[in-house]
Amino acid sequence: MQAIKHGSQCLAAAACTALMAAAAVHAQGTEFTNVQRGRYLAQAGDCISCHTVKGGKPFAGGYPVETPFGTIFSSNITPDVVTGIGNWSRDDFYRAMHEGRRKDGQYLYPACPYPWFTKMPREDVDALKSYLDTLQPVRAMPPENKLIWPLGWRRLVAGWNLLFFDQGEYVHREDKPDVWNRGAYLVEGPGHCAACHTPKNMFGASDRDKAMQGGDAGEAWYAPSLTASERDGLGTWSVNDIVQYLKTGANEDTASTGPMTEVVMNSTQHLSNADLIAMATYLKDIPAHKPEEVKDIDEQVMARGKGLYIDQCMGCHMADGKGQKGAFPPLADSPPIRASQPQTLIQVVLAGDFMADPPELPTGLAMPGFAWKLSDQQVADVLTYVRNTWGNRAPPVDADQVAEVRTALHEHGPRYKRLISQSVH
Amino acid sequence: MDTLETKRNILDDSAPGGGVMPEFPRATPPQNALSRRRFVQTALALPVLFALPACSQDKATPVKLARRFFSAEEYRFIVAATARLIPGSDEDPGAVQAAVPFFIDLQLAGPYGRADRWYMEGPWAKGTEQQGYQLQETPAQLYRKAIAGMDDYCRQRFDGKAYADLGEEDQDQVLHDMDQKKIELKDVPAQAFFALLWQNTQEGFLSDPMYGGNRGFAGWKLIGFPGPRYNYVDDITQYGKPYPMPTVGLLGRDGTRTGTVA
Amino acid sequence: MATRLNPVDVVLVGFGWTASIIAQELTDEGLQVLALERGVDRATVPDFSTTHIQDELRYAVRGGLFQAPVRETLSFRNTRDQTALPMRHLGSFRPGAGVGGAGVHWNGQTWRFLPDDFVLRSHTEERYGADFIAPDITIQDWGVSYDDLEPYYDRFEYLCGVSGTAGNVGGSLRQEGNPFEGARRRDYPLPPLERSSGSLMFDKAARELGYHPFPAPAANTSRPYKNPLGVQMGQCTYCGFCEWFGCGNNSKASPQSTILPVLLKKDNFSYRSGCDVTRVKLDNTGKKAKGVLYRDLEGREYEQPAQLVILCAFAHHNVHLLLLSGIGRPYDPVSGTGVTGRNYAYQITSSVEAFVDELINPYMGAGALGQAIDEFNTDNFDHGPEGFIGGGYIALWTTGGRPITQHHLPKDAPKWGAGWKKAMSENYLKSVSVATHGSVVSHRGAYLDLDPSYKDAYGNPLLRLTFDFHDNDYRMSEFLTGKAEGIAKAMKPRSINVNKRKKPYSIVPYQTTHNTGGAIMGDDPRTSVVNRYLQSWDVPNVFVVGACNFPQNAGYNPTGTVGALAFWAADAIRKMYLKNPGPLIQA
Repeated sequence: MQAIKHGSQCLAAAACTALMAAAAVHAQGTEFTNVQRGRYLAQAGDCISCHTVKGGKPFAGGYPVETPFGTIFSSNITPDVVTGIGNWSRDDFYRAMHEGRRKDGQYLYPACPYPWFTKMPREDVDALKSYLDTLQPVRAMPPENKLIWPLGWRRLVAGWNLLFFDQGEYVHREDKPDVWNRGAYLVEGPGHCAACHTPKNMFGASDRDKAMQGGDAGEAWYAPSLTASERDGLGTWSVNDIVQYLKTGANEDTASTGPMTEVVMNSTQHLSNADLIAMATYLKDIPAHKPEEVKDIDEQVMARGKGLYIDQCMGCHMADGKGQKGAFPPLADSPPIRASQPQTLIQVVLAGDFMADPPELPTGLAMPGFAWKLSDQQVADVLTYVRNTWGNRAPPVDADQVAEVRTALHEHGPRYKRLISQSVH
Repeated sequence: MDTLETKRNILDDSAPGGGVMPEFPRATPPQNALSRRRFVQTALALPVLFALPACSQDKATPVKLARRFFSAEEYRFIVAATARLIPGSDEDPGAVQAAVPFFIDLQLAGPYGRADRWYMEGPWAKGTEQQGYQLQETPAQLYRKAIAGMDDYCRQRFDGKAYADLGEEDQDQVLHDMDQKKIELKDVPAQAFFALLWQNTQEGFLSDPMYGGNRGFAGWKLIGFPGPRYNYVDDITQYGKPYPMPTVGLLGRDGTRTGTVA
Repeated sequence: MATRLNPVDVVLVGFGWTASIIAQELTDEGLQVLALERGVDRATVPDFSTTHIQDELRYAVRGGLFQAPVRETLSFRNTRDQTALPMRHLGSFRPGAGVGGAGVHWNGQTWRFLPDDFVLRSHTEERYGADFIAPDITIQDWGVSYDDLEPYYDRFEYLCGVSGTAGNVGGSLRQEGNPFEGARRRDYPLPPLERSSGSLMFDKAARELGYHPFPAPAANTSRPYKNPLGVQMGQCTYCGFCEWFGCGNNSKASPQSTILPVLLKKDNFSYRSGCDVTRVKLDNTGKKAKGVLYRDLEGREYEQPAQLVILCAFAHHNVHLLLLSGIGRPYDPVSGTGVTGRNYAYQITSSVEAFVDELINPYMGAGALGQAIDEFNTDNFDHGPEGFIGGGYIALWTTGGRPITQHHLPKDAPKWGAGWKKAMSENYLKSVSVATHGSVVSHRGAYLDLDPSYKDAYGNPLLRLTFDFHDNDYRMSEFLTGKAEGIAKAMKPRSINVNKRKKPYSIVPYQTTHNTGGAIMGDDPRTSVVNRYLQSWDVPNVFVVGACNFPQNAGYNPTGTVGALAFWAADAIRKMYLKNPGPLIQA
């Protein structure tokens, strides 16, 4: 059971690689720093989450990204020379990240968020490649993509790119402070938050007019608004609240769920405080959008929902909806509860979820699933109730929405299957 | 019975009762500490709970439910005996209205009836009262033998009538006699059977309706137990005040055994 | 042929409270620690979820979380002249199995023993004379003092988030707490739980009688609580399904809710469930353990080598393992020699049920929600006129109102039928029980050994229990019951049932799972199995931890002391044994 820290093994390998590099001679110290920086950027970009599959080796790909157009399997980005990117040069890698083109010239599908990675400057991309080069090479071929015809023809992506892809590195804004720019870079670049948090059009491209107003995070999860909206965005959170959330997966108002817990565990918990503050500063500057009007909720729904809440939810979320401080998150006054789309809430009610468990919050408290206990209508009722009580106001949930999520859970199997590691290799 | 095979089943939380139990979403922390994160598995392949023929509206008619263990004759005995142990009517439900016979039937058809968790190795000896149950029979076997024996006994004592055909007074008397060790059966001790029957009857009257008994929360409503609720923080200091919420079971406020999974 | 596995530094048998505490401590020393648990893996979600856990039939009646006798049980007889017969299904006590052990399904009643408890023999002889103790009573001093253990009691209480109010902080007495308790360094980590109707009733009656009632210390959190390991616990919501059940909102202290989130993340810790340890494997000299043998669920046998073997199974399961492994000379009741299996003890309980007019709402409760008095415990009163030693606390616990197992009926209520229905409807909401919880002396006729006839699933002899309470304890219990009756009557009930302790001890009705002794600690290897650090006198790289170490049982629930002993032993291992492996005490 001897656990050899992957990092130290990789760094030793990095040192060797440096020495063997025929190209420009770097001092061993400089190479080391570059790899560290690349590692940090890999964390910022959360590469591991999409490029690792349950039971698979880190970064060896094979993770099925479900899109409306079919399933795309992530690629192997370990330095394996046959199945990975071991024989990609830095130019090759930069081209992929900046233009969305593979070494062989083929287009990458935008399931890989190169529309955001394009913002990364050359030196950052190079550092990232240096880090990836130090990983354990894994001989693993991801499965064939399963796309609706004719989307299997990668050439079509060129058209998509033409319409929806603005190539280009991040441009510093002089009218904004440095901290804002750093945050903007991290959020719009490696962080690629908008890839989930912005609604997509019918072509699967982010709708830039509705940036950060909430979007489909895939696999029946909904990523809520990050605008300054007070109902369902970051309007009521301070910079500190946001930093706390990104650092630990929880703050006074809420706890992360599903894919965002994975983001916290694999990505944001590793970022520096300064960077988290920068990201929060940038996010807080996104203007609020007007949330949709909520009509009066059917009294019968509220009555049923209340009964269900008392019967089923109070043991942890308490009578006043405030949860248990430090332990179970509140529902009252909680923006994610008021998200304009309820899929995340439905999933968590049906299947349960685990809180992030970074070193500061090691417990990983969990919520059980209610799928076996509650009908679609009951889930809808209790969520509608919770979303419209204690000062909350949000669109009601109906049984059809619940049925859809339930079906998604049945069809795709346990959705949230990813390996979450406390340390990124 | 392969003890190790049994052990594998036993060591898992065995669902009591023969009915299907929902599988709960299991997150399995890996044995090896090197992989640190659990995988959340949703409750997918959940067996939908028994949907019984629509009886829930109609509390007046005795519940007719499919038997799994008892023969028709045995079931008559059980219905009659439990009806005396906890008598009732539609207005004041007792064991039969609460579907206790159905509960017992399911229990005996399942791991409890088979004594899956009990130590059932010999040698066998009678033992003192302090040494507890030393019969070779599992609960299911005990019921089977005892009911046959009791019906025989009744036929001998009461002009060829089985227990179920006796008048209520005679039925009560027989139960008393069993309890007082005044009845000797050939195969099994009548008193041990009575004790088990009374125990299971109470269980059927007072357990969660999802096991088939306590139909319509008959038992819980009788005593004033509001069901499994998780939060009494505000209520525990309301000294002397009756608790205002309606009765609930693990499957919700419907006091029958039907599940509500869509 | 057993498959030999890769060695580890420390192997722990069992993965309940003591193993979790010790594993957390020893992994901090950088050791590779492996725990082998016979039962299944358990986690709060999904195994104790609020959605399904309040299921009385499944857990309280059918024993869903307990050890199944089909895998391990024991044989029982009251006296040596009887033939022991197997305990075929659980009754008197309910050991746990599974990750977290009985620490998952206990109530959370967390006491410290009194200073006098640790020197019971010498103290009693000093105060009452040696003749005061009957010659067949084998009580002993522990070899540690309350003062030795005080810091470790504190650690366990803060680990668990015990809710209570101190009675004696550093010698200064506090009104709200137990005036008899041993001095503690600081207050409990959390304030007491809310009072229930029953607690108030008892409090009032006890005060009227001149007693000093106090809230019983509870490992059920009264607030959300973050313990010293950084593990976050919830807050108890009085759901009334504590004992026999896992806690769905992390408010009852258990390994899962207090230690495992941190322990399981450590690289140098691992555990295997479904692994039945059957032997401690010794070398040719019999003085050194090489590791343990265990079976997996398929019956395959493995040898797990280790430098240090720590028995952390449930109390008497540890003793069973010692006997099967040949560690320590088995106790022979005839000659009174030998140590392994000696001084088994238990808990002697009784109750007085009171049927009142007030509405009680018994189903609102928590496992350790109770009001207690300690006037009649240990040597808090003059035993001279009474002619017995020992005592116990008297408390009114409102742990729940689970319909099948926790209803009370007046003695004259019909046992079944229409009259029973009526009695149930009239009394369920209006009854309480005043309980006595008495100490038990060890004596020559109370012991554990191996059964000559009955075998377990692997062909090993079952553990055999020979036990009845000593007359001393029957008299003591009668005394306590009388006091309880007085309190019950002062509540002005409609009626009471006095449930005295009857002879002889029966394994049938549930009483407590407070089995103690069999691997007792002490100063003298002739009369103890382990030394004061819980290290085997015979095999220095074997430690044995649990209630099996108690030389006799005190008038309190054992878990507080078990937790303290686990911390104490872990400390001794860290500070002394690891630096210099070998006997920590020269015999």
